[in-house]
Amino acid sequence: MRYLTDRKRAEGMGSAKSGTAHHWSMTVSSVALLVLIPLFIFTFGSALGSSYEEVLAYYARPFPAIVAVLTFLVGFHHFSGGVRVMLEDYVHGLNGQIAIVVMTCISYAAAAAGVFAIARLAL
Amino acid sequence: MADVNRGDRPLSPHISIYRPQLTSMTSILTRITGNAMLISALLIVWWFLAAATSPEAYATANGFLTSWFGDLVMFLSVLGLWYHTLAGVRHLIWDQAIAMDIETAYKLGWGCLGGSVLLTLITVAAV
Repeated sequence: MRYLTDRKRAEGMGSAKSGTAHHWSMTVSSVALLVLIPLFIFTFGSALGSSYEEVLAYYARPFPAIVAVLTFLVGFHHFSGGVRVMLEDYVHGLNGQIAIVVMTCISYAAAAAGVFAIARLAL
Repeated sequence: MADVNRGDRPLSPHISIYRPQLTSMTSILTRITGNAMLISALLIVWWFLAAATSPEAYATANGFLTSWFGDLVMFLSVLGLWYHTLAGVRHLIWDQAIAMDIETAYKLGWGCLGGSVLLTLITVAAV
């Protein structure tokens, strides 16, 4: 190892080594959510508190169902990207890696559960 | 020397040595609101799963989300959601390398805080 110069050891270790794809993924999903979130707030908000039959009828309609599915998919994808950066910043070493794996699994499990529920309501 | 401490290096102090400023506070608030919304997101998934399961399950989930505690969680979530949305727009603007001087950054910060309260009131009135 002492044959390596300091510069060689430092190369590629900087914080700017990677991350463009992650940043772009967050940008794209944030713009999508800019449209989806207001639509979801007002469709879900009008369904919340309704009777069971009303909810079944409401989410059998294509527009609220598609808005909800897209909000779950894009929203939890955006969340998993955001929570990953937070954990990278504040939780280090093995704990950080475990936390990132757990939160990523929770994100996609929640998205899948949401999409399954909408499919069941809509079809 | 071989790097024996890979991935577990000490950090220099940063957050603890700065005086709070509007710019840093509105930045950390973006992160707090974004991550805190996991709670309401999971509650909403639960509500949908319950509606897809049975009338009894739906009554439980809907009852919880429309109780005073559920209302409080949803109200705070809407506030956090609008704040996170406006702060996200601010980041999209900054990504274009515009509005980055301190005076404009402060104005945008107050805009995010005030705008989220305003949008929350509109949402509560409309829904």
